[in-house]
Amino acid sequence: MSITEKSLAELRVGEKGTIRTILDEDVSVKLFEMGCLPGVEVRMCCRAPFGGPVCFAVSGYHLSLRKDEASLVMLHD
Amino acid sequence: MIEMTTKKNLNIALLGNPNSGKSSLFNHLTGLNQKVGNFPGVTVDKKIGKAGITDTIQADIIDLPGVYSLYPRSVDEQVVYDYLNDRKSEDFPDLLLVVADASNLKRNLFLYSQLYDLGIPLILVLTMTDIAQEHGLKLETGALQNILKVPVVLMNARTGKNLFRLRELIASETEHPGGYTFPVDELAPELIAELKTVFDLDNSAQALHLAHRYDQIAGLKEEQRQQVRAIVKKHNFNSRALQVSETMNRYAFVDSVVAQVQSGQGKPSFSEKLDRILTHGVWGYLIFFLILFIVFQAIFSWASLPMDLIDQGFGTLALLAEEYLPEGPFTSLLTEGIIAGLGGIVIFIPQIAILFAFISLLEESGYMARVMFIMDKFMRKFGMNGRSVVPLISGVACAVPAIMAARSIDNVKERLITIFVTPFMSCSARIPVYTVLIALVIPSVSYGGFINLQGLVLMLLYLAGFGMAVLTGVIMNRLMKVEGPRSFFILEFPTYKMPRWKNVLLTILEKVKSFTFEAGKVIMAISVVLWVLATYGPADKIESGKEEAVFKAQMQNLSEEDTEHLVSSAALENSYAGHLGKFIEPVIRPLGFDWKIGIALITSFAAREVFVGTMATIYSIGDDAEETSVMERMRKELHPVTGEPFYNLPMGLSLLVFYAFAMQCMSTLAIVYRETKGFKWPLIQFFTMSGIAYVCSLIVFNLFS
Repeated sequence: MSITEKSLAELRVGEKGTIRTILDEDVSVKLFEMGCLPGVEVRMCCRAPFGGPVCFAVSGYHLSLRKDEASLVMLHD
Repeated sequence: MIEMTTKKNLNIALLGNPNSGKSSLFNHLTGLNQKVGNFPGVTVDKKIGKAGITDTIQADIIDLPGVYSLYPRSVDEQVVYDYLNDRKSEDFPDLLLVVADASNLKRNLFLYSQLYDLGIPLILVLTMTDIAQEHGLKLETGALQNILKVPVVLMNARTGKNLFRLRELIASETEHPGGYTFPVDELAPELIAELKTVFDLDNSAQALHLAHRYDQIAGLKEEQRQQVRAIVKKHNFNSRALQVSETMNRYAFVDSVVAQVQSGQGKPSFSEKLDRILTHGVWGYLIFFLILFIVFQAIFSWASLPMDLIDQGFGTLALLAEEYLPEGPFTSLLTEGIIAGLGGIVIFIPQIAILFAFISLLEESGYMARVMFIMDKFMRKFGMNGRSVVPLISGVACAVPAIMAARSIDNVKERLITIFVTPFMSCSARIPVYTVLIALVIPSVSYGGFINLQGLVLMLLYLAGFGMAVLTGVIMNRLMKVEGPRSFFILEFPTYKMPRWKNVLLTILEKVKSFTFEAGKVIMAISVVLWVLATYGPADKIESGKEEAVFKAQMQNLSEEDTEHLVSSAALENSYAGHLGKFIEPVIRPLGFDWKIGIALITSFAAREVFVGTMATIYSIGDDAEETSVMERMRKELHPVTGEPFYNLPMGLSLLVFYAFAMQCMSTLAIVYRETKGFKWPLIQFFTMSGIAYVCSLIVFNLFS
């Protein structure tokens, strides 16, 4: 798997990805606890209108994050 | 009493993720046998219920706030953390009931693993097994129990099935199987060993918590903190890195457990399809505003009948008391102080009940999370958060429960702004003031047959309140710098569920109860203080004022009734309240107000709707506080200089605007004090809101004069 600069925020609705790393340390502690760990698959479910938060399926449930937080979640190619 | 001594009493704590069905289980176990208290030092509700387990065992069940992890990030999570780390407390649990959503096993078992490692006996209660099945997930409960070595119960939170099994397990006084879910000691072997020796602990996870959070754990002495600080420093303890590796270890454990006991692939659910519509750029907002419309309709139309009944009921009660009790200060205190005060509290219950019925329905069904999701972007522009939607909507009924609802906002700054601006929302206490004043100064004309000018002004006042809330939010967002841990908008989308009526009902009861006692205490106290201020005056001024009034009445040949009115009006004018009114008159004169309104402004500080009653007293209507008669008296009031009606358009509008923006609510200030833990914010709020009100009234008065 090659490293690209694609983040969770860029997934289209229905598209899947696998978490590679989370860039911000503060965010990562919390998101790890919420089951967003490296190697876990995510799938984009819906995006709030007008550039609002995004909602995705992860570890068997649906989680929503603001776009700028989601853009810290980097994905594998 | 005999029963009490023979029964064994257990402390049981309910723990689990938000939306795990924890509250339903609590309601099943305790029924109506619940009370809400407070955790020491913080304001998060502590719900305790009594439950009979067997003939010989009963339990105090504590419903802790739903959390995702033991490492706290919000006020709610801190409470859970402190509770579980205070082993010397008499409330410390003998048993944990860990409630986990079977349709979302991984994340729920993560919290379970943190709790298991604390070494407290525990039972795992799995809920939502039906939903898990619908999603195509199959669970081997027996295997799960074997792996965890902890009793596992499947519960249907809706029906309470298997409750007897849970009671049996509680009664069997299960012990902790020992050990940890992962090698805790390996995270920091020397540090953990040293802390365990120094603080005489036998649990490694507890020692680790101490190292992570020694400066936040309640109940630790300063010298102990110093001790931990030194040890932590000595071992180069890196809190964040260790927390990350702990999380990784726990998920490794959870993954291996789930792989052994659960099979089947979760398929995209019905919830997801519904989300496409409910979070849609057009339909999502349309549906939300439609629901909002229905809620407001309900608050204003359904509640009006019970509110009228309550109003009449208390009026009758006061009349009866006056008729049958001997005349004197005690009767007067009872009718004008206590009964009036009680009425002022009870009158809000219908609106609060209806509002929280809706909010609880929307939360129970899972829809509220979607509203927060689509509103977050807008609320952020105003320095708030998607979660601020609930406090702002609730503020239309009453700011007190609304401000308490802001606790779920984990961002410090966004929570503060929400608390600060919520009282701008026009609460139900303003309605009687609005109706009286609008009827007084706004002509009842219709445009095009359906737009009524009075209705339009009322709507504008609500919009003005909302507008001012938003504007203040924008300004505060610019000005405020809040230090503290960074926090985020992390919001789970629960699957849609049919609301459980019992939960809705209990939520309504709880909100009404907490309003009645929290706000009620203040309103009651101020009503009594006001009564004293309005009844007594410096020296014998009241008496001489009365004599003067009687003399005047005789001169003018007034009827007995009119004489009485004149006398009580004179008594008020010479009372302490009257003096206060006169004292602030110079300040409020630029707004078009006189000392009589000054008294009303002061008394409105107890609760805004006291305005009508105060006006009734001032214009000496006597016992009957019917709004129409107050209005007639006010309509007849003439301006002392111009001789024209005193309550004219500029003055009325100015007063309306003042009531829309001013901070005139003791209970709100009291709750802000509690929620922000200090006098700073309630004081800033009081002066800012009242300042805005003053300036806006001044502008309006001069614009229309």
